[in-house]
Amino acid sequence: MDGKGKVIYINGPVVKAEHMVDFKVREMVMVGEKKLIGEVISLEEEIGTIQVYEDTTGLRIAEEVYSTGKPLSLRLGPGIIGNIFDGIERPLSKIYAGGGQFIPEGIGLISLDEEKLWNTEITVKKGDLLKSGDVFAHIQETSMIIHKAMVPPGIKGKVIRVVDNGYYTIRDTILILLDEEGNNYELKLAQEWPVRQPRPVRQRMPLEKLLITGQRVIDTFFPLAKGGTAAIPGGFGTGKTITQHQLAKWSDADLIVYIGCGERGNEMTEVLEDFPKLKDPNTGNPLLDRTVLIANTSNMPVAAREASIYTGITIAEYFRDMGYNVALMADSTSRWAEALREISGRLEEMPAEEGYPAYLASRLAAFYERAGYCKNLNGTEGSISIIGAVSPAGGDFSEPVTKYTKRIVGTFLALDRELAHARHFPSINWLLSYSNYISILSDWFSDKVASDLMEIRSKMMGILQEENKLMDIVKLVGEDVLPDDQRIILEIARIIKVGYLQQNAFHPQDLYTILPNQYSMLKVIDKLYDRAYACIKEGIPLSQVKEEKLFSDISLMKYQISEEKPELFQELIERINGYYDSLENRYKEGSTDED
Amino acid sequence: MKIKYLKLDKAEGPLIIMDEVPDAIYGEIVDIEVSGNEHRTGQVIQIDKNKVIIQVFQGSSGISLDEVAVSFSGKPMQIPLSHEILGRVFNGMGKPIDGAGEIYAHQDYNINGRPMNPVARLYPRNYIQTGISTIDGLMTLIRGQKLPIFSGDGLPHNQLAAQIVRQARISEEEAGNFAIVFAALGIKHDEADFFAKAFEEAGVMDWVTMFLNLADDPVMERIITPRCALTAAEYLAFECGREVLVIMTDMTSYCEALREISSAREEVPSRKGYPGYLYSDLASLYERAGMLKNTKGSITQIAILTMPNDDITHPIPDLTGYITEGQIVLDRSLYQLGIYPPINILPSLSRLMKDGIGKEFTREDHPDLANQVFSSYSKVQEIRALAQIIGEDELSEIDRKYMEFGRQLEEKFAKQDFEEYRDLNQTLDTMWKLMEILPEEELTRIDPVLLKKYLRK
Ligand SMILES: Nc1ncnc2c1ncn2[C@@H]1O[C@H](COP(=O)(O)OP(=O)(O)O)[C@@H](O)[C@H]1O
Ligand SMILES: [Mg+2]
Repeated sequence: MDGKGKVIYINGPVVKAEHMVDFKVREMVMVGEKKLIGEVISLEEEIGTIQVYEDTTGLRIAEEVYSTGKPLSLRLGPGIIGNIFDGIERPLSKIYAGGGQFIPEGIGLISLDEEKLWNTEITVKKGDLLKSGDVFAHIQETSMIIHKAMVPPGIKGKVIRVVDNGYYTIRDTILILLDEEGNNYELKLAQEWPVRQPRPVRQRMPLEKLLITGQRVIDTFFPLAKGGTAAIPGGFGTGKTITQHQLAKWSDADLIVYIGCGERGNEMTEVLEDFPKLKDPNTGNPLLDRTVLIANTSNMPVAAREASIYTGITIAEYFRDMGYNVALMADSTSRWAEALREISGRLEEMPAEEGYPAYLASRLAAFYERAGYCKNLNGTEGSISIIGAVSPAGGDFSEPVTKYTKRIVGTFLALDRELAHARHFPSINWLLSYSNYISILSDWFSDKVASDLMEIRSKMMGILQEENKLMDIVKLVGEDVLPDDQRIILEIARIIKVGYLQQNAFHPQDLYTILPNQYSMLKVIDKLYDRAYACIKEGIPLSQVKEEKLFSDISLMKYQISEEKPELFQELIERINGYYDSLENRYKEGSTDED
Repeated sequence: MKIKYLKLDKAEGPLIIMDEVPDAIYGEIVDIEVSGNEHRTGQVIQIDKNKVIIQVFQGSSGISLDEVAVSFSGKPMQIPLSHEILGRVFNGMGKPIDGAGEIYAHQDYNINGRPMNPVARLYPRNYIQTGISTIDGLMTLIRGQKLPIFSGDGLPHNQLAAQIVRQARISEEEAGNFAIVFAALGIKHDEADFFAKAFEEAGVMDWVTMFLNLADDPVMERIITPRCALTAAEYLAFECGREVLVIMTDMTSYCEALREISSAREEVPSRKGYPGYLYSDLASLYERAGMLKNTKGSITQIAILTMPNDDITHPIPDLTGYITEGQIVLDRSLYQLGIYPPINILPSLSRLMKDGIGKEFTREDHPDLANQVFSSYSKVQEIRALAQIIGEDELSEIDRKYMEFGRQLEEKFAKQDFEEYRDLNQTLDTMWKLMEILPEEELTRIDPVLLKKYLRK
């Protein structure tokens, strides 16, 4: 039957076919009359097991399976940015334009626009020696991204022909390379790459730069590193998606890959509607011009959900190779793990914990391992930071996906249901969260922000921890019973929580705070604490020390600082000094009077 | 007519297994003629060479292995739809049961639907005024949203849903262009009657389409019922341009039916015996709410579920909450205190509210004010816990204010008559009144400008 299999078994996304001897494991195939896209996941004798990325309803026994001769791969080239793709890189806007309000099966293998002409600037000339990763053309793909066409990994040679600057499609041959063995390679603006294989780099580099997010609790309390990994676990409604959206909007990556993995359709729509209107704070360009969306919503086929994560990370690697800092958000990695579980169950594999396959932990680790700060094959430096949302069943962090993810990631942002109920957002629990990047970033913080930033942070964390202990007592006896030097801790902790950690993603002044302002805010709170605490120690009663207006203005300073406003913070510091100077003086006079 | 197969290999629970079916189609519907007169409906759920596993929606009891005739339709489950479905009642499989005859339609619709393309969606932004303070003020319902009610046995979720149906004012110009699709999933006759009566009293009966799978109807049909209902809703919304409200109750019965099939198939269970694909399956229903660009009509979905043992971490509410755009959580202790609607404010949420309230939509003070109520009410819970220990008299002055705030919030704001309609302005003004109980410094969630403008006005 030369290269054609015959369907003998159908169970949801899992299909088996016979006469598969000529097929390879991990080969991409087309199944049945509708040519549903699938991937061979195992071969045994002449029977192949296939996971199908589209709904198999309507598939009939004995329909044929066609070989494509290659593994599940992506087309990587201009036309990715600003676009939205399904889990296997099929463009959803194009499907919509073709009448697809609802997504049909059997749309075949379409990906990037093959007709579009790109204004191409050639950066090499005849006779140049090029190796893997070398850039040979530039295309201004969007207002924010110059797309760099690169020699695919594994190829090198001398340029024997190259086109002039001009307009080309991704199907046009741009140059021909001749290698030492006499092979010719026709290079185009796009290349293909198998999604499950990490793209090679020259070398991994240490992480040392902050991924700036503009989110106070993240940047200064639980920072992310460029090239690092982070997880955001939380029950439903605790703020995973909003946090991911905030990072996608405001983080200082060059490019965002946002994977909606098994989540709501409307959340993708929201990004599509909002991002063209939002302006990048650094360049003023529309945010969609640096964003790629991958959508496998919860009602889309589950096998493609498994693939969507790899599609996203492969796109991220491709842009990293050009020398960009890429941030990848996956919302939610739990749905990906569940897709693994579902397919594994249908394959009747031995389940391990909670029905998940035994390879869950290793798959998770392999995915996060594709993050990193790298020296690329072409000598540029680029990075991929991965931020994965985790949706623990019942909000219980001891379940397998949360547990294994926690072992891998560098920053753990634990969302808290109680905080979310009180509408303390982001509901990042400051006692359960951590960042392993604090020490490696401390030089960066000293250089770029202030040498005492991390010191103040530790002090603030200390206050929050102290408050937590005191709250155990307060819950039993009430606040009034505590001595003033403890009550002041509660008051300052309240300011840290309300005035600093809480950040409203929908308030125009509050949604994003630049680092200098984050630092200044902490300085103000720190000053307030030092002065107030000193007064308490002098024996001045809390009722005097806690000046309502001052305390409340400090809690609300976040609403007035969309830009750099040193004078505002200076003014607050002066008010603090002024108030406590005079309080101390009055008190001293008072006590001398009494003497 | 296609060939009939006259022999089964096995019949067990909701499944029958047949050998020697050479060309079955995955997902196709089969007709099973039992003992020559009764017809049942099944669906092919697995094919292994010539062996076919069929899920029978009326169960296999009473089926003998050789007194049957099974014919394969070659098609997925479909129902005929036309404008005539308004005002009609169907059983859980989409067959008319009101004696008013078959539906004549140009087209049959596949009940499984297809995933809405996220590019085609229109992000929902317009609020629906329900006239219920807690909902309008704190968890605003948006047209095109899926906002379920998490309830418990014996709590007044039906009343609440009925009140929403009666009072929901979409907007004047669109009145007369709405429809209600009601799917009963394993509920009791008197509950279904309650809804029928509620629709009648609201004067909307002519715009309601009902699909009823009641407690004594075949359990497996429940898997079909919501799909019929949502297909009808999609038809009414996107082909007829209507603003459709879908009520599905009780999703817990639906999930239990799914669990039964799964265990009959001996699948590896995940939590509490529910199949690992419960999330995807529920999503295939809930995600059928929404709006489409350049297309009139909308589907707003209110699914009701009863939380087993009032446990919100049970897989059914848990997975639902992960899919829907928020939840309205009912609370037994509030109900016992005589508060109707007994909506537990803190765990309740409308995710679409953030883009559908505020200056251009409801009122500029709405977002901050709602935030403040949530925040202050959560403080009330802490203080109540403390008061339990040390006694209310021992509380500090400010804590006593919070206690008062909590009491008044429940009595004057949350508590509302089943017949009472409150305008949104009235609701927001009441919230400001409540704020007056607390010292101004406590109101850290409200923009100082708004405080000045609205507090004590
Ligand atoms: N930073 C934030 N600022 C304001 N509101 C927030 C913030 N984060 C979350 N929320 C609120 O919480 C709701 C749920 O957040 P979401 O991110 O959708 O939760 P999850 O993805 O964890 O289910 C949002 O609809 C919004 O009302
Ligand atoms: Mg989410």
